[in-house]
Amino acid sequence: MTGTTKPSLAARVPATAAGPDGPAAPAGGGGVAAKSAGAARALGGRVYLVVAAALFALAGAVLAGDAAWPGSWTWDAETPLDELNRWLILNRDSHPLFLYFLLHLSNNVNSAVDTALAVLQGLGWPGVTVAATLGAWAAAGGGTRPRALTTAGTALAAFAAIGLLGMWPHAMLTLALMVVAVTLSAVLGLLLGLAAGLSDRAGRALRPVFDTMQVLPAFAYLLPFVLLFGIGTAPALFATVIYAAPPMARLTALGLREADPAALECARSLGAGPWQRLLTARLPLARPRMLLGLNQTIMMALSMVVIASIIGAGGLGDQVFDGLRTQDIGKALTAGIAIVLIAIWLDRTTAAAGERLEHPGAGTGRAAAALPLAVTVAATVAAWLLGRVALGLGAWPDGWTFSIADPVNDTVDWMVVNLGSGVPLVGGTLTWAENFTLWVLNPLRDGLTAIPWWALLPLAGVLGFLAGRLRSALTAMGALAAIGVLGLWDKSLNTLSQVLGALLLTLLIGFAAGIAAARRPLLEKLLRPVLDVLQTMPQFIYLIPVVALFGVGRIAAITAAVVYALPAVVRITTQGVRQVDATVLEASRSLGATPWQQLRQVQLPLARAQLLLAVNQGVVLVLAVVVVGGLVGGGALGFDTVYGLQRGDLGVGLPAGAAIVCLGLLLDRITQPGRDAAPGPGTGRGDRAGRSRP
Amino acid sequence: MRKRTPARRTALAAGTGVLALLALTACGAAETDRPDAGGQDGGSDNGGEGQGYDTVVIAEPNWVGAAANVAVAKHVLETELDVTVEVRQIDETLAWDGLDDGSIHAILEDWGGAPEKEELYLEEKKSVVPGGELGVVGHIGWFVPKAYADAHPEVKTWEGLNDLAEDFRTAESGDKGQLLNGDPGYTSYDKEIVRELGLDFQVVEAGSEEALISAIQRADREGTPLLTYWWTPHWLNAEVELVEVELPPYSEECYEDLSKVACAYPDVNLPKYLNADFAENGGEAAEFLKNFQWDTADQELVAQLIQGEGMEPEAAAEQWVAQNPDKVQAWLPAEG
Repeated sequence: MTGTTKPSLAARVPATAAGPDGPAAPAGGGGVAAKSAGAARALGGRVYLVVAAALFALAGAVLAGDAAWPGSWTWDAETPLDELNRWLILNRDSHPLFLYFLLHLSNNVNSAVDTALAVLQGLGWPGVTVAATLGAWAAAGGGTRPRALTTAGTALAAFAAIGLLGMWPHAMLTLALMVVAVTLSAVLGLLLGLAAGLSDRAGRALRPVFDTMQVLPAFAYLLPFVLLFGIGTAPALFATVIYAAPPMARLTALGLREADPAALECARSLGAGPWQRLLTARLPLARPRMLLGLNQTIMMALSMVVIASIIGAGGLGDQVFDGLRTQDIGKALTAGIAIVLIAIWLDRTTAAAGERLEHPGAGTGRAAAALPLAVTVAATVAAWLLGRVALGLGAWPDGWTFSIADPVNDTVDWMVVNLGSGVPLVGGTLTWAENFTLWVLNPLRDGLTAIPWWALLPLAGVLGFLAGRLRSALTAMGALAAIGVLGLWDKSLNTLSQVLGALLLTLLIGFAAGIAAARRPLLEKLLRPVLDVLQTMPQFIYLIPVVALFGVGRIAAITAAVVYALPAVVRITTQGVRQVDATVLEASRSLGATPWQQLRQVQLPLARAQLLLAVNQGVVLVLAVVVVGGLVGGGALGFDTVYGLQRGDLGVGLPAGAAIVCLGLLLDRITQPGRDAAPGPGTGRGDRAGRSRP
Repeated sequence: MRKRTPARRTALAAGTGVLALLALTACGAAETDRPDAGGQDGGSDNGGEGQGYDTVVIAEPNWVGAAANVAVAKHVLETELDVTVEVRQIDETLAWDGLDDGSIHAILEDWGGAPEKEELYLEEKKSVVPGGELGVVGHIGWFVPKAYADAHPEVKTWEGLNDLAEDFRTAESGDKGQLLNGDPGYTSYDKEIVRELGLDFQVVEAGSEEALISAIQRADREGTPLLTYWWTPHWLNAEVELVEVELPPYSEECYEDLSKVACAYPDVNLPKYLNADFAENGGEAAEFLKNFQWDTADQELVAQLIQGEGMEPEAAAEQWVAQNPDKVQAWLPAEG
């Protein structure tokens, strides 16, 4: 029955645009076309292609003696990089490049952060709290609307909690860094986004740049930045900007491209020049997208707080490491909670502002918007005068704090002792970890390394071709070849096996949780705060419990990756399953489908594009924590990247980082959602495959 | 034609933007040197007068012993010499870049994690100078939990290791025994030693000191075998009893070729290092930091107060200083 109903139902579902979802789905998946009947038929042909390539790889693995990339085809990146490292060290306080340019940059940034910190400290805690609370209120539109009041309440609660947890001074330093980093990222992102949005050529040229900026692990470029800018605030800030600017740029470009052609034509017919059209029509129309971009930029900047403190940025990140080095997870978690609270405050505030732009209700004119803003400024000044000037209230008073460290540490100890091993029947986490390593990870790794390079390349090419035609196939093969040329073949395949293992777990758990949440709204409500916390909590904090539970090794690294990637996968899955047209569901129900049939035969097939997006995001996020995995025994590329930074060895760290980027490109291109499903004029091959199917 | 105009305009705008950025930063020419006192407000009066440092920046690498050094030095500098101390949490190897450019003035305990870099700064660039010895002796070696050593006394020398290799197997080390390593920033020749001594072991990188500590605590709690790179002094030694595996004795010849090391690690009298300009013009503060010296027991006492009893570093330092006035007195620069 369903064999005939499926395609016709699918044709009725409108194409869904899968935009970035939630704080950690940064890549901006792009338009996803509806699945068409033709693409479904083409599936048979593709399966043959994949099977053929896989069989070839398998045969190669069995027959070929030497599988690794030939040693003579590698390029030694280490020597020139070591020389560069040395040159930078010897010349960095005499060469004009530094004296006339880079030093200025770092000095300006340092003084900007100092100024921001001085302002925050000068305001005192009453001033800062009032400004944050009323700022959130004004961003949500002011007045007595429930949305405005809850947003303001969130801000107030966040700041009170930060104070109560004793994190006030550190949080102010982090906020000061954030203010400067987000401003710089937003400006840079805006400029790049304008270029990419207005010119197709720039857009094409910038896309791989954005990909690289996001996937290149921060650990890999912290060291070059230290060499260029010295240690401290400046390199940390620039590293943050590199990481946080792409979402702003991507979404600005997307917003500009999406602008309603009718509105633009209207502006043109009214005689507006190109600049006028840009300023009065395209940019204002792109504002909601840009605000979403800003929101993501803020979240990503915040996620760099901890990493940046490795090179001396200070603030809450220092508190996290302080706790970790004495195995005081409670202390590290307290700082982590402060980071999460800042994230929630900023997320809710910018989201409220974005919503107001998208659904302009009554009273959102310029004059109406100015009033809450004026109230905010006035109240902040009043709080400053009353609190700081009259009563001398600066940092949060010490007496008003309490510590959550002890109960947290007790809980973690209990978990480690009781869940590690010896749980009756199921064995316990350590046993699972060992079995997973022995029966999944080791075969995966050994299998990948046994496939000869000349069979693995075509396999990547075929997968890339199926996902996105020739361009993707070439990129995927090029990325794999680059890994070989860098001389990191075996290590990269080891890392790849870990990424695949992590992806497997993430998708299993993520799809199950996402589908469950889509079917039970209550569950989704309960999950939402958990996902928020998992997404914004610095990964370093859960490294110790993870190691304690799973032992040092690849499985600890994988667990960290799963925890990090899971929220985005759950969110996108939930959204995808839920988006399925209610009338289609109703139709299937009236045909007598059980809930299980509905899920398997209607909801999942229709949500296919979103599920593919979830896979793609899962890959990107899992790769983002490969380096963190290197800190708990993941080895391979992650460890090399950490080694490079710790040892000050550019020649080891940078190539490892580049190989991670290559893996990212490879996996992104072969999991790219959507493109394959769009039957364009050049898809004759798909049609042929469809016809040849019996 | 029409279509190209916006693109060209964009390029123009972008170009202008870049130029503006360049102009903003570069037109001011080389008006500035590296801030010589930590980039904060104090002491940017370009040295010269010999007392130019109101603020001293001390690096605090990521271990508790270092925190103990810094806490005591900071306490004495601030209470006795009236110098503001800024503590910069940063790893040892990265701290050397700070010592070079003057954004960090002193590092009080150096384990030699990045030998090439240190040579570059000390010998070639001469931007960092030795600041004397800390007095604490660092010892690196291979250790097993006491319970395991009691049950298998033959583990106490390296010759006994191969017979026991099977006990140390893990999913990560395959069919060899596992020798766990920690933070890649720390000195280690374990791979070389294993190879040169023909041991049936595989070095597994834990990747961080935190992971290493977790593994040791677990082995201790559950009585499982574990062979690990470890060192003294460390606060964990007060909590967990570890027994050292004896390696062939250290000799200088053995360390001539670092790719063929086959003996124990040398005991290091841990040195201090100062930024060259600070060492010369740092006045009393520099003088004090050169004099600062205590022994392993002192450091472990303070480290234990911070780690074991969860005291704030300032409070721990204050307590130790109050109990050891003679030692503190010896560090202070001569009056006049």
